[in-house]
Amino acid sequence: MSKKLLLEKAHIEGIKSYPVYRREGGYVSVEKALKMKPEEIVEEVKVSGLRGRGGAGFPTGMKWSFLAKPEGVPRYLVCNADESEPGTFKDRYLMEFIPHLLIEGMIASSYALGCNSSYIYIRGEYHWIADILEEAIQEAKDNGWLGDNIQGSGFSCNVYVQRGAGAYICGEETALLESLEGKRGNPRIKPPFPAVKGLWDCPTVVNNVETIAAVVPIINQGGAAYASIGVGKSTGTKLISACGNINKPGVYEIDMTISVEEFIFSDTYCGGIPNGKRLKACIPGGSSVPILPANLLLTTAKGEKRMMNYESLADGGFATGTMMGSGGFIVLDEDQCIVKHTYTLARFYRHESCGQCSPCREGTGWMEKILWNIEQGKGKMSDIDLLWDIQRKIEGNTICPLGDAAAWPVAAAIRHFRDEFEWHVNNPDLCTLQNYGLAHYADPVYVPAT
Amino acid sequence: MTIEFTKERMYKVQEIINKYPAGKQKSALLPVLHLAQEQFNGWLDVPVMDYVAGLLKLDPIEVYEVASFYSMYNLKPVGKYVFEVCQTGPCMLNGSDDIIHYIKNKLKISEGETTADGMFTLKTVECLGACGYAPMMQLGKHYREHLTPAKVDEIVEECRKQAATAANGNGYLS
Ligand SMILES: Cc1cc2nc3c(=O)[nH]c(=O)nc-3n(C[C@H](O)[C@H](O)[C@H](O)COP(=O)(O)O)c2cc1C
Ligand code: SF4
Ligand code: FES
Repeated sequence: MSKKLLLEKAHIEGIKSYPVYRREGGYVSVEKALKMKPEEIVEEVKVSGLRGRGGAGFPTGMKWSFLAKPEGVPRYLVCNADESEPGTFKDRYLMEFIPHLLIEGMIASSYALGCNSSYIYIRGEYHWIADILEEAIQEAKDNGWLGDNIQGSGFSCNVYVQRGAGAYICGEETALLESLEGKRGNPRIKPPFPAVKGLWDCPTVVNNVETIAAVVPIINQGGAAYASIGVGKSTGTKLISACGNINKPGVYEIDMTISVEEFIFSDTYCGGIPNGKRLKACIPGGSSVPILPANLLLTTAKGEKRMMNYESLADGGFATGTMMGSGGFIVLDEDQCIVKHTYTLARFYRHESCGQCSPCREGTGWMEKILWNIEQGKGKMSDIDLLWDIQRKIEGNTICPLGDAAAWPVAAAIRHFRDEFEWHVNNPDLCTLQNYGLAHYADPVYVPAT
Repeated sequence: MTIEFTKERMYKVQEIINKYPAGKQKSALLPVLHLAQEQFNGWLDVPVMDYVAGLLKLDPIEVYEVASFYSMYNLKPVGKYVFEVCQTGPCMLNGSDDIIHYIKNKLKISEGETTADGMFTLKTVECLGACGYAPMMQLGKHYREHLTPAKVDEIVEECRKQAATAANGNGYLS
């Protein structure tokens, strides 16, 4: 059984309310933090090995130490709760069930970074969750954890919630900052990085919800204790939101020592695939990361068991591996069509492109149209090569990584499932009626350890 | 119709502006547009956007360019109840196509259209962060998850009932 650090108490009756949260040890990390020097907290976060949980996996302690500190200029902490990557719904779960954990993390992190005003930017559709957070903030304020001179420490801090209005691109940190300034969500050219020039041109740290929540156990137990959980550079716990064709969709906290096979087939987690169907493919880290066929998903090209951690998921690079990403775990059973699924993702990226760079704006539209034609049995063999060519021309040629995020799913689908694309082209009358054969199926039998 | 926020909303606007440093009231634009859409029939007409521009001391173009960027702002009239059904990959794997098809047949409208009685609008949307509870839609402030045709029937009934009983004739579910 994986160790839990974030969701351990998420299902205690009444944990959403301040009195219960406090009774269960809530806000102790803030008490502890206020007695430390800010640099000491940054050091603990470095020692913990915590990596950003928003998708890129950048070491959080290092990011914090890059924050510029010019005299007389305010600094800002912004929590990224935009959560819009298809397959990802973990931050929502954390905020919905244990909102005070995020507020506690925001206060401790704001102290460590020297921020007196901090913002939580939450996707606009999570309207009721914004209300939950506002309530938690009010409770924290009423109990002296926010506002002026917190617990007599001399440190003052306010946390504010801002709702977005429907735009995946606002999850990209510089687009988020533009949006928070009341503008269109057009990503900025970097450098300058937000650590130097961020919100209202002031030094800013942007961190994911789960990252900020993880600061609480890091302060409570110490960075070294946090680092002792997990394996290698995958320290601590990770929230995985599992969906698609599985028996038990939901959010699971894992300690990154379990295998992908156990995660999919064990009753502790996804509980296997419904109706006795077989596993076809999986996108383990949100829609942007490469899809893998069952055989490569469960076993790396080296023949090792693939594990649910950053290194093992990435093993083999893009040729035979994938990425941890945001932890949005999408499972496809034997009856799913790879071309159709990839088409819906291409449509998503076309819809969400901000339109600033031509390779992204035009390329995503082309990919969507070509995939639709192939899916509908109207594709040509040369279309598959054209798709490959377009995705290569987008990757690396844009202002922000949305271009790459749109290119990778298409590339991986062609790389691993080219025969399925070709089957569509060769069987125009069949492909809207039935599914492609069994070429990529693996049929592992999972035996739970007793 | 005079375009003016209610007293309660005016108070909220001030509260929102107070979240930012002095002179940065432009940051209030997204939240204030949400408030405006709520009060003025679920969409942002040009005079409404001009009113918001005036309130926040912005040029009207600064409001238009934002309102047209974000998918939650409606720039055309919508029905009292907007069904925003997710159609992205993970929802598709769990049958969102069938749900969209069912709603179209039931309400006799296509995507983006409103029923003749002005009650329902169907919008297809991209991933709303509910992939594990698919298929799903957003209705007002909340999500409706694990949709089935029977559940869609119930929701339609619920909306009709609410619209019939709402004293102010405004049936937006919140
Ligand atoms: C197109 C795009 C969408 C993104 N969406 C999110 C998101 O919804 N939530 C998030 O935390 N990070 C998202 N990111 C990553 C952020 O830019 C940023 O790296 C992250 O918030 C940093 O926090 P972390 O270091 O704690 O992970 C996105 C990046 C891109 C390019
Ligand atoms: S890559 Fe796409 S989303 Fe990113 S800035 Fe360019 S056009 Fe906008
Ligand atoms: S794909 Fe529909 S909510 Fe994520």
